[in-house]
Amino acid sequence: MTLEIIGIFVLWTFLFGYLVVASIDFGAGFFNAYSLLTGKQRILTNIIQRYLSPVWEVTNVFLVFFFVGIIGFFPKTAFYYGTTLLVPASIALILLAIRGSYYAFETYGSRGHKGYSFMYGLAGLFIPAALSIVLTISEGGFVHMINESPTLDYEALFTSPLTWSIVVLSLSSVLYISSVFLTWYANKAGDLDATRLMRKYALIWALPTIITAGGIMVELRSHNLEHYENMLDIWWAFALSLLLFIGTVWLLWSKRSYGLAFVLLGGQFLIAFFSYGFAHLPYLLYPHLTIYDSFTNEAMAIALIVAFIAGLALLIPSLYLLLRLFLFNKDYVRGKKENNHA
Amino acid sequence: MMNEESVFFSRVLTELTLSFHIIYATIGVGVPLMIMIAQWVGIKKNDEHYILLARRWARGFVITVAVGVVTGTAIGMQLSLLWPNFMELAGNIIALPLFMETFAFFFEAIFLGIYLYTWDRFENQKKHLLLLIPVAVGASFSAVFITIVNAFMNAPQGFDVLNGELVNISPLLAMFNPAMPTKVAHVVVTAYMTSAFVLAAIAAFRLLKGSNHIYHKKALFLTMKVGLVFSIATAIIGDFSGKYLAEYQPEKLAAAEWHFETEESAPLILYGILDDGEVKYAIEIPFALSILAHFNPTAEVIGLDQFPADETPPLYIHYLFDIMVTIGMSMVVLSGLYWLGTKLKWAFVNSKWYRWLIVLGGPASIIAIEAGWWLAEVGRQPWILRGIMRVEDAATTSPHVDIMLILFAGLYLVLGIGSIVVLTRMFRKNPVEQEIEDRHVEKGGDIL
Repeated sequence: MTLEIIGIFVLWTFLFGYLVVASIDFGAGFFNAYSLLTGKQRILTNIIQRYLSPVWEVTNVFLVFFFVGIIGFFPKTAFYYGTTLLVPASIALILLAIRGSYYAFETYGSRGHKGYSFMYGLAGLFIPAALSIVLTISEGGFVHMINESPTLDYEALFTSPLTWSIVVLSLSSVLYISSVFLTWYANKAGDLDATRLMRKYALIWALPTIITAGGIMVELRSHNLEHYENMLDIWWAFALSLLLFIGTVWLLWSKRSYGLAFVLLGGQFLIAFFSYGFAHLPYLLYPHLTIYDSFTNEAMAIALIVAFIAGLALLIPSLYLLLRLFLFNKDYVRGKKENNHA
Repeated sequence: MMNEESVFFSRVLTELTLSFHIIYATIGVGVPLMIMIAQWVGIKKNDEHYILLARRWARGFVITVAVGVVTGTAIGMQLSLLWPNFMELAGNIIALPLFMETFAFFFEAIFLGIYLYTWDRFENQKKHLLLLIPVAVGASFSAVFITIVNAFMNAPQGFDVLNGELVNISPLLAMFNPAMPTKVAHVVVTAYMTSAFVLAAIAAFRLLKGSNHIYHKKALFLTMKVGLVFSIATAIIGDFSGKYLAEYQPEKLAAAEWHFETEESAPLILYGILDDGEVKYAIEIPFALSILAHFNPTAEVIGLDQFPADETPPLYIHYLFDIMVTIGMSMVVLSGLYWLGTKLKWAFVNSKWYRWLIVLGGPASIIAIEAGWWLAEVGRQPWILRGIMRVEDAATTSPHVDIMLILFAGLYLVLGIGSIVVLTRMFRKNPVEQEIEDRHVEKGGDIL
C-alpha cells in the first residue's frame, strides 16, 4: 500500500464515521420534530435526548477531523474544493452552527420551545443535502477552470438528475440509519411504544434508500462512465451490501435481534461506501485532481500517520469508555437516574 | 478587480469569525482549569461550596463550549474556503499541528460529555475530578496546537523554496518555530487569566446585587487569587514576546511602538495620537523600548525606516498595544490589591466601588484579548506567511464572499444573543441560595 492509499483510507474511514453518527443525530432531530407535529413526542423525546446529550459534541469532531485531515494529506484539495465550495459549505456551516449551539441551549438551558424543535429537525435535513453536493461535484462536469481558478457551474449542478438523486439518497439514508439505530436503542431501554414507532419508520425509509442507491449507479453510467465501469468491476461487493440490507429489513420485519439488524446495516453502508470510494480512485475531483498529484510531501505524510496512530491510541479507549457509560449502560439507557445530568 | 473585493471581504469575514470565536475559545480554554481547581479545593477542604461552584461553572461552561465548538468548526472550514492558496501551501508544511488540534478537541469532547453526565454516578468525588483532567488538558492543548499554526504564519520555517517548489520539508521544525514558545505561553496564560477574571466578575456582581452569601465570597477570593498569579505570568511572558519581536519581527514591534528611526537608547511611547506622522500627547519613557527589546538600556532598536513602505504594518496597532498592556497591568494591580487587602483586612477591598471595578475587570480582560489578537494579526500585514506569501495572493477568487459575510454576521448575532439569554436565564432562575437549600432537602441528592 502506498502512503496515498493509506491517507485516503484514513480519511474515508472518518467520513464514514461521520456519516453514521451524524445520520443518527440528524435523523433523531427530524423524528423528534415530526413526533411533536403528530403529538407523539412523549414517546420519542426521552429516548432521543438520552442518547444525544452526551455525544453531540463528539459528532462534530468527526467532520472537523475529515476536513482538516484532507487538507493535511491532500493540500491541493484546498485549492479546488475550497474555491468551489464556498457557498454550499458556508450554508452547511451556518446550519450546523445553529443546530449544534441551539441543541446545547435547549438541553442545558431552557426546554420546550416548539418552533425551535421544527427548525432543528429541518436543519438536520438540509445539512446532509448541502454536504452531499461534494459527492456530486467530485464526479466531474461541474467544475471548470476559468482563468486558472476552479469555478463551480451552478446551473449544470442544479439541473443535473445526479445531484438530486444524491440529495434524495442522503436524506433517506439519514432517516433510515437513524430509525434503525433508535429502534435498537428504544428496545434496549425497554420502551415498547418508541420501539414500535421507530421500527415502522425504519421499514418505511428502507425502500427509498435502496432504490435511489441503485438509481445513482445507473445515472453514473451516463455521467462518469469510468467510475461506473470501476463499480461494475467490483459488483460482488455491492451485491454483498444488498444482501446485508435484506438481512436488516428481514430482522426488523420479524421483530427480532435489533442489535444485529443495526450491525448488518452498518456493514451494508460500510461496504457500499468503501466500494463506491474505491471505484472513484484515483480521482478526488474528476478529472482535475487525483490522489497522486495532490498528495503531500513524504515527510508530512509520515508525520501525519504517526500522529494519527498516536491519536487513535488515545481516542479508542476514551470512546470505549463513553460507549460503556452511556450506550451500553443499562441503567443509563433506561433512564434509572433521570436527573443526573447537568 | 473582482478579486480585490474578495480579498477585502475574506479578510473581514475571517476577522469577524475569529474575533467572535476567541471570546468563547478563551473561556473554553480557561474555565475547565478553574472548574478543576474548585473541585479540587472542595475535596481537599471538604467544603461543598466549592463543589457546587464547580458544578455551576460547568453548567454555564457547556453553553459557551457549544458556541466555541460551532464557531471553531466555522473558522476551521473557512480557512480552506476563504484562503485556498494559503491552505494549499500550509497543508504541505503545517498540517501536523492542525491535525493534532482535532485530536485534542476530540479528547476534550469525549470527557466533557462523560463529566457532565456522571455527576452522581461515582460515590467518590475524586474519581469525578479525574474526568476533568482530560477536559482541561484537551482544552489547553487545542490552544497550544492552533497557536503553533499561527506562530508558523509569523515565523515560517522548516522548508526551502527552490524554483517556486517547496523542498526539504520538516514538519517538526515548522512546529517549533521561533515565535512558538512566547505565542503559545502568552495565549494559554492569558486564557487562564481572562477566565479567572470573568468568573470573579460574576461573583462580585452577585455580591453587589444583594446576595451576601459566603459562597460568592469564596468564589471571588479564589478567582482573584488565581487571576493574580496568571496576570503576573502574562506580564512576564509579554515581556519575552517583546524581545522575540525585536529579534525576529522588528517591523511589528516598530509599528506598535511608533518607532520610526532605528536608534540606540530607544524610548518607549505610551498612549498619544498620531497626527500627520507626528506623535502627540504621548508619554515617553526613556530607554524603556531598548530594555523591552534587548534587556539593555542602550541597545539599538530597528525602526520602520529599515522596511519598504509596502511591507510595513498599519500604524494604528499602537492603540491596540496600549489597550492590551493597560488592561493587563490594571488587572495585576486590581487583583494584587484585593488579595493583599483580604489578607490584611483592609476594608476598601470589600467596598462597593471596588467590587464594581472587579465587575468591570471581566469584560475588560476580554477586550484585552481581542486587542492583543488584532495587534498580533494586523501587525504582520501585509503578509499571511511573513516574507513568503502576501494576503492578496492567498484569498479565494469566488465572488460570493460578501453575501457569506452577511450570513455569518447574522449567525454570530444570533449565537451571541442566544448564549447571553440562556446563560442569564439559567442562573437567574436558580440562584445559589436556592440550590444549596435544595441539596440539603434531598440530602446529597440529585438536584443538578
